[in-house]
Amino acid sequence: MTVYDPAERAEASLRRSLVTPEGVDLNLRIGDAGQRVGAFVIDWLIQIVALALFAWFCGSVLAAVGMKKVYHVYIIWLLGSFLLRNAWFIGFELSPRAATIGKRIMGLRVAARDGGRLTAEAVVTRNIMREIEFAAPITLLLVGAFTGGTEGMTYLFVAIWTGIFLFFPLFNKDRLRAGDLVAGTWVVRTPKRVLLPDLAAAGAHANSRFAFTDKQLQAYGVKELHVLEQVLRTRDRKTMAAVAMRIRRKIDWQAGPDEGDGEFLDAYYAALRARLEHRMLFGHRRKDKFDKA
Amino acid sequence: MAVLQLKSHQFRQEREADWRRLSFLLEKVEERGPKSLTDDQLLAIPVLYRSALSSLSVARATSLDQSLVDYLEGLCARAYFVVYGARPRIGQRIAGYFTQGWSARVRSIWKETLVSAAITILAAVVGFMMVAQNPDWFYAMVPADMAGDRGPTASAASLRATLYDTADTEELSAFAAELFSHNAQISLFAFALGFAFCVPTAMLLMSNGVLLGAMIQVFAAKGLGLEFAGWLMIHGVTELLAIILAGAAGFKIGLAVAFPGERTRLDAAAEAGRASGAVMAGVVIMLLLAGLLEGLGRQMITSDAVRYAIGIGSGVIWLAYFYLPRPRGLAPGREEAR
Repeated sequence: MTVYDPAERAEASLRRSLVTPEGVDLNLRIGDAGQRVGAFVIDWLIQIVALALFAWFCGSVLAAVGMKKVYHVYIIWLLGSFLLRNAWFIGFELSPRAATIGKRIMGLRVAARDGGRLTAEAVVTRNIMREIEFAAPITLLLVGAFTGGTEGMTYLFVAIWTGIFLFFPLFNKDRLRAGDLVAGTWVVRTPKRVLLPDLAAAGAHANSRFAFTDKQLQAYGVKELHVLEQVLRTRDRKTMAAVAMRIRRKIDWQAGPDEGDGEFLDAYYAALRARLEHRMLFGHRRKDKFDKA
Repeated sequence: MAVLQLKSHQFRQEREADWRRLSFLLEKVEERGPKSLTDDQLLAIPVLYRSALSSLSVARATSLDQSLVDYLEGLCARAYFVVYGARPRIGQRIAGYFTQGWSARVRSIWKETLVSAAITILAAVVGFMMVAQNPDWFYAMVPADMAGDRGPTASAASLRATLYDTADTEELSAFAAELFSHNAQISLFAFALGFAFCVPTAMLLMSNGVLLGAMIQVFAAKGLGLEFAGWLMIHGVTELLAIILAGAAGFKIGLAVAFPGERTRLDAAAEAGRASGAVMAGVVIMLLLAGLLEGLGRQMITSDAVRYAIGIGSGVIWLAYFYLPRPRGLAPGREEAR
């Protein structure tokens, strides 16, 4: 099978099969690099804001109580920030949804690579590794940049050494962080999807006005049907007009006097899907318009 | 011509209610945990999950509605994680961790622990001897902000003051909190860096050991060696043990990555990671305890005898907790079965 569409190939490279004990392949999609970075940046920003608020809160409470010594604030802030830094990810990933707020927003969750339970050890491990993956290179880079001489150079070299881990996810196909690798986890997409209305229902009513011949329905395959589905769900008027024109020309369809592009496409979609599904039940799945089946 | 109805459309209409119910229940579990469900709802989830899976199979074979297949894939994946990812209650897991899991994991890396302890001790001896030969080494080994007024040039009286002075406890407890956070970060590092084939972990352990040796020498040179040991011991035993364990956990991972044996490198790393991750969670707790001991005890307890008692006592308790064989419960920990 040759995949000619680069977008489709990229999509296929993110799919991983996970066969449930019932024998059905869930065809999971792993989170791509952009989503992972996005999720992390969201978490990171929330943490920074939380830390700032926490510091302000500590300060104002202690000031109100009357303890003027800065040390108390400092101690509480220090321990609090340590807790926040390390417990944020671990706490959220131990919850039933196994995702931090950033991951939730990006529709990601952590899962065990072998499809089993996500254990607490795994969550702890993958998050402790974050220290060297993110904190270390960044801190060392900053320290190195502000320290001159040989010491600064040493810091920079160590930063480069640990920087390998920062870009680790880009060098393997499962987008595993070093922490994922060690913990035996990976990050998959489980976005909450809404069940969209069935487009065939809309097309079926208009069907009486549109009678397509077999030949006209043979013009396209499954791939084109899915593209048409996309177009109909987006319902952008310009695109619909262009697509309708292309289809009419391809199948030699004479548009009636008051025939709208939307109606036509709805009807054609329903008819094409009916035919392709009918053929599929008999064992012929026509992949695309080049498929002779 | 009659209104044409697709088989796939019909199929969807018949099952849609079940899917929506499953989706609703999943949302409830994900938002508020399994406790928020009634018994009926809890029992319904596996049934609905299986019917959704079969719907997915049918939809893949008969329906060309892309959004429907996508929806069912997402729904089934979410349900799968709820049904098969279920874990025992958090309380039970924590109890199991402290009674069995933690010490079992620590025992399982005893070889690495020995190596890690040996490196620390050796480095301490080296640090001690180097500073003894040439006090200038002290400044290379101990960061200035950590040394404070302690150094080779400090007088015996001022050194004694750092051990027994209780004047400004406030400042010192701030210092203790800082040290805790510093040490915790170091031990997390020692663990995480093990992944880079053990070398950075060994270096971190060495620098920690050298620092210890240098400090001891400075005090020992002024005849305050025993007193310093007592002062350090209160929290130091727990803290050193934690750092050694963190190093050992790091070695475990590094060795698994470097020498995976018959397994794939990935599997070996994952297996080692699970064992050492459990050790590490405990290490952080040990460091917290050490921080507490440090903040509370170090400057308040000024009697050498009590200091030694706490130090040696904590060491004995930790070693006994980790290494003494203990009676197995009726059901051996699930951790060990895996």
